[in-house]
Amino acid sequence: MSQVSTSPSMAAVGASAKPERRDIGLRGRYAAERRFRFYGMAAIAFGLLFLFLLLFSVVSKGYTAFQQTMITIPVEFSQQIIDKNNERATNPQKLVTANYPVVARNALAKVLGVSEDDRAGLKAVNGMISDSVRVQLRNLVTADPSIIGTTQKVTFLAHGDLDSAFKGQIDLSVPETNRKVSDKQVGWMNQLAESGALSKHFNTGLFTNGASSRPEAAGVGVALIGSLYMMLIVLVLSLPIGVAASIYLEEFAPKNRFTDLIEVNINNLAAVPSIVYGLLGLAVFINFAGFPRSAALVGGLVLTLMTLPTIIIATRAALKAVPPSIRAAALGLGASKMQTVFHHVLPLAMPGILTGTIIGLAHALGETAPLLLIGMVAFVADVPATPMDPATALPVQIYMWANEAERAFVERTSGAIIVLLIFLILMNVGAILLRRRFERRW
Amino acid sequence: MKSLKLTVAALVASAAFAGVAVARDQVQIAGSSTVLPYAKIVAETFAETYPDFKTPIVESGGSSGGLKEFCKGVGPNTIDVANSSRPIKESEVEACKAAGVTEIQEVKIGYDGIVFATDSGNADLKLVPKDLYLGLAAEVVVDGKLVANPYKKWSEVNKDLPDAEIAAYIPGEKHGTREVFEEKILAAGCKDAGALDAIKAAVSDEKEQHAKCVAVRKDGLAVDIDGDYTETLARIAANKSGIGVFGLSFYENNADKLKVATVNGIVPSTETIASGEYPVSRPLFFYVKKAHLGVIPGLKEYVEFFTSDDMIGPDSPLAEYGLVAAPEAEREEIRKAFADGKIM
Repeated sequence: MSQVSTSPSMAAVGASAKPERRDIGLRGRYAAERRFRFYGMAAIAFGLLFLFLLLFSVVSKGYTAFQQTMITIPVEFSQQIIDKNNERATNPQKLVTANYPVVARNALAKVLGVSEDDRAGLKAVNGMISDSVRVQLRNLVTADPSIIGTTQKVTFLAHGDLDSAFKGQIDLSVPETNRKVSDKQVGWMNQLAESGALSKHFNTGLFTNGASSRPEAAGVGVALIGSLYMMLIVLVLSLPIGVAASIYLEEFAPKNRFTDLIEVNINNLAAVPSIVYGLLGLAVFINFAGFPRSAALVGGLVLTLMTLPTIIIATRAALKAVPPSIRAAALGLGASKMQTVFHHVLPLAMPGILTGTIIGLAHALGETAPLLLIGMVAFVADVPATPMDPATALPVQIYMWANEAERAFVERTSGAIIVLLIFLILMNVGAILLRRRFERRW
Repeated sequence: MKSLKLTVAALVASAAFAGVAVARDQVQIAGSSTVLPYAKIVAETFAETYPDFKTPIVESGGSSGGLKEFCKGVGPNTIDVANSSRPIKESEVEACKAAGVTEIQEVKIGYDGIVFATDSGNADLKLVPKDLYLGLAAEVVVDGKLVANPYKKWSEVNKDLPDAEIAAYIPGEKHGTREVFEEKILAAGCKDAGALDAIKAAVSDEKEQHAKCVAVRKDGLAVDIDGDYTETLARIAANKSGIGVFGLSFYENNADKLKVATVNGIVPSTETIASGEYPVSRPLFFYVKKAHLGVIPGLKEYVEFFTSDDMIGPDSPLAEYGLVAAPEAEREEIRKAFADGKIM
């Protein structure tokens, strides 16, 4: 049968070009390829769609966090309120404990034309000013006590609820009793905005301030520094340890059951849930070694343990990828084993090692679970001077803000996510640049 | 490479020195996420009022988690204060004793109201424990017999309630709020609905009777929320007819999105909770290690500042945030007990 069918076709091919018969299989294969390409593109489109959705939801909610409503008015540093009996020369504590919020309140009441006897009105005015004004005015006065008795133009933060209202995040159509800002305050807000006394400024506090219970004064400063300390510790500890371990395992160690066992264990450790490292850190670094709780140092050490397996696996893969001919050539020219590794193999493996390290670091940057047990999921307001001081991390700050009740924290949560994403992008760009630099040596 | 080595050496050396325990110069606090916002306000205001002291560190992690850390022992590596939304348990006091924490001072800071709320677009909701019990319990009494909860709509429970599917978002079992919900709503409703008598007839053990009373239906109509109130809020935004359980302060911050339900005809507010009219409330506490007083700088001042009327009085920042102030005599008693060094 096959003979019967093939022989005419053979003849046909020989006689004149009759491509239809050959096309049958080809068309199917082309179609398969097109289908596969379509699947691939669909997968990428799907991924891009979700990336876009994520970015859209974060950026659309978070971009307003980079601006903050502030009030600029002339403030009278009244001698009467700050230092009634003129005793600051003998009792400097007087300037620290003075009632600065009243100074700011009176200044705003004056601008709005609220009488000093209107208690309810004064209370409403007070509700428009952030409590952080106390520290701001106190710092101004203690830095230069001569401003007492004078009137200065001061820019201070508006209350978080007013900020939300000014940004249109509070639904003003609901009954007055069901929202945090009253109609009176909204009226004043519009009045101040028209006269230019109330406006939005770039929110530098978001990057410099520590945590705060007042949304308008809360920032990721402490978290940024804490994350930075931890990343430095992870880099400084895990890169040398990880690279040394992998060079030994890959280049020097004998291949026997024991090294096989080590390899299996390292691969397993890379898959251990990160909370386990937190438990280990609590037991070893805090309870046994006596390191302080909530310190960035302990966080860095825990994250180092977590990152090491990733770096070792990536480094070993990079070392394996260096062709054996390079080792053979170096050894053939009389280089010692160590010279071979450090002069030839390691530089060639460097791009792979760096990629692995950055992936490990990025992973560590986004980790919150191991930090929970060592006390870093915490309210920390003071900027840590050293890694020994209490700190938090960026993802921790995001998590804590996400659980806050105040409306103004919603935008800040997304704002902090944007900051974290920028941090990650910078790290990845750094990795790409470093890799390019080392790759030229091929 | 050399500078790298030096950095590593410096780091290891500094780490080794750290091991020789440094005296801590700020207060460390951990515990209940309900008390956390109040503790944060106090910690921040404390540091502003006393510039000589650093801002206390406040960790969250739940009442049980905080008390567990608290009972780890005495010394600068252990926390000084544990926040709790429930009184410390006998077993926890024992665990503390075993670890050397023999002197614990209890400080009550005020009361917290627990409210039921639904989406702001819904009609007014009037709840009583009996209806909530009938809507949410695992087993109810029908014709004198205990059967699996047959109600699917609130209107089937009580014809005055809205004709909507039962959907309740209640605190998960790890929350301190759950206990209050069980005691003040389910156990009370169980009694009011007459189910307790039927249960008593079926089971003799008192503990088991109680457990049967507070068992919540598991058919998906009552959902345990293990996260925070923000999660409950998101669930209600997704299901407009759902009813959620919130803390009073959380509700007040989101009053434009939520409509609060009355319980026994009483609208929850700091006034009705303080007077005891509103039935669902609980005291909030923190616990202090007496051994750390005078050792950790600022601890004594922090506790005194926290218990002052400037913080927990009826016209204080905490009351403004939603804490229900204790009556004046009780506040005086709290301050006196701490000053006298009264231990548990």
